[in-house]
Amino acid sequence: MIDTIRGRSLLSLDDLSKEAIVEVLDTAESFVEVNRRSIKKVPALKGRVVASLFFEESTRTRLSFETAAKRLSADVLSLAVASSSVKKGESLRDTIATIDALGIDAVVLRHRSSGAALQVSRYVPHVRVINGGDGQHQHPTQGLLDAFTIRQVLSERHATTGLESGAELFAGLKVLIVGDIRHSRVARSDVAAYAALGAVVRLCAPGTLLPEDVATWPVTVVRDFDEALGWADVIGLLRLQSERGSGAFVASLDEFTFTHGLTVERARLLKPKALIMHPGPMNRGVEIDSRVVDSSQAIVERQVTNGVPIRMAALYLSVAGSGEGTSL
Amino acid sequence: MSHEDERQARTRGPAFTAKSQLMSADDVRRALTRMAHEIVERNHDVNSISIVGLQTGGKDIASMLASLLSDVTAHVVTAGMLDVSFYRDDLSRNPIPTSSATHIDHDLTDRTVVLVDDVLYTGRTIRAALNALSDWGRPRAVQLAVLIDRGHRELPIRPDYVGKNLPTSLDEAIVATTEGVWIGTREPS
Repeated sequence: MIDTIRGRSLLSLDDLSKEAIVEVLDTAESFVEVNRRSIKKVPALKGRVVASLFFEESTRTRLSFETAAKRLSADVLSLAVASSSVKKGESLRDTIATIDALGIDAVVLRHRSSGAALQVSRYVPHVRVINGGDGQHQHPTQGLLDAFTIRQVLSERHATTGLESGAELFAGLKVLIVGDIRHSRVARSDVAAYAALGAVVRLCAPGTLLPEDVATWPVTVVRDFDEALGWADVIGLLRLQSERGSGAFVASLDEFTFTHGLTVERARLLKPKALIMHPGPMNRGVEIDSRVVDSSQAIVERQVTNGVPIRMAALYLSVAGSGEGTSL
Repeated sequence: MSHEDERQARTRGPAFTAKSQLMSADDVRRALTRMAHEIVERNHDVNSISIVGLQTGGKDIASMLASLLSDVTAHVVTAGMLDVSFYRDDLSRNPIPTSSATHIDHDLTDRTVVLVDDVLYTGRTIRAALNALSDWGRPRAVQLAVLIDRGHRELPIRPDYVGKNLPTSLDEAIVATTEGVWIGTREPS
């Protein structure tokens, strides 16, 4: 177990302790305040170089990582993979070596292969690697921002500030995760974060979309979706990942919607105060009905907004505390 | 212990062992009362003063100074709080500090800002604070009030209001709060 990400790469939430996770959430709280200022920039990573390498397409994660790095005053090297030498067949190892030769302090990496971030951290041990999603394995900053968003909403309900209310808000919190869990790195990171913070997690999915090793996860698998809806304080929906072949695991999209989609009728089974989350991008009308997305219980936009402070916290803790930076 | 206290306890670093008490709570209150009078004496327009405490050591001292200023001037003076963690120049050299909240609820342009901290030492926190302040506008003047000035400056920074000048050696540690001031040592944990 790792007790802090200070000066370390952030590859997975599986090996982070509760303390390490709470530290990121607390630090993000300070950055929420920075993001409310008229000048949304602090010099914490001045002179540091953060490379953003997205081998898989992304809107939210890439934009919020690059925004985060810029608000910390880091220089951002952004590789457009589609127009780079990767297209000529340059390997991951050579691409990393090239970027490293330019002098970088951190890499934000997204890759279609599970374990790519770990691999890169071994190629360049002096560079901090922040995993921006690797295959079906992990998406740590998404797990952190989901936990942060839940904490924020619950602490507002307790009429206190986020700072004065800690992880105790998660004790016994009932979280239901539904959908394509087999292919979801978000589900793996969310489960790790929620379980570490003390929440009770249940999964619900068609049998074909459950991971084979689910018995080793700190969760309970439930069959009856409608009953689970009435149980949950928080429901996290996942996208059906057609690019990872989810289509072959369900008979049809309509059937998936019929058995596991959050329709307007099903949303009525939720507790009035239950929160509805989705990491995006959403397939409206498949795993979630468009009208449910736009309901007051859905906190999808807040998840996106919190992406920046969480990624500022991850970069700050990981990069600021390491190596020789410039000193004024 | 509240969550905020726990956060602060983590930032405190090595355990402090007190050798002797230099000021009592009453002494601190008297010193801050004198400083409040000095602030009013020097800045006739009380309405243009903004008190800004530095997290985390200057927080309680700034609040007490603001309330004493309110008593002295019969105006309501409140204290803002500034966290300078993200502005420090030693982020890559020392364990990075745990950040805490910044609350400044108004534009500081054309205000007279009185920065408040517990102990003035190298001056690097104040340099970071001056950097940070520029993000909240352009104050007309910035003044510095500290409960203890222990010397050993590394930058050309000088306090305007001092509770007590205390020559120290580098291996000594000072704890200065509204409850009193102690000198002692810190054991690396």
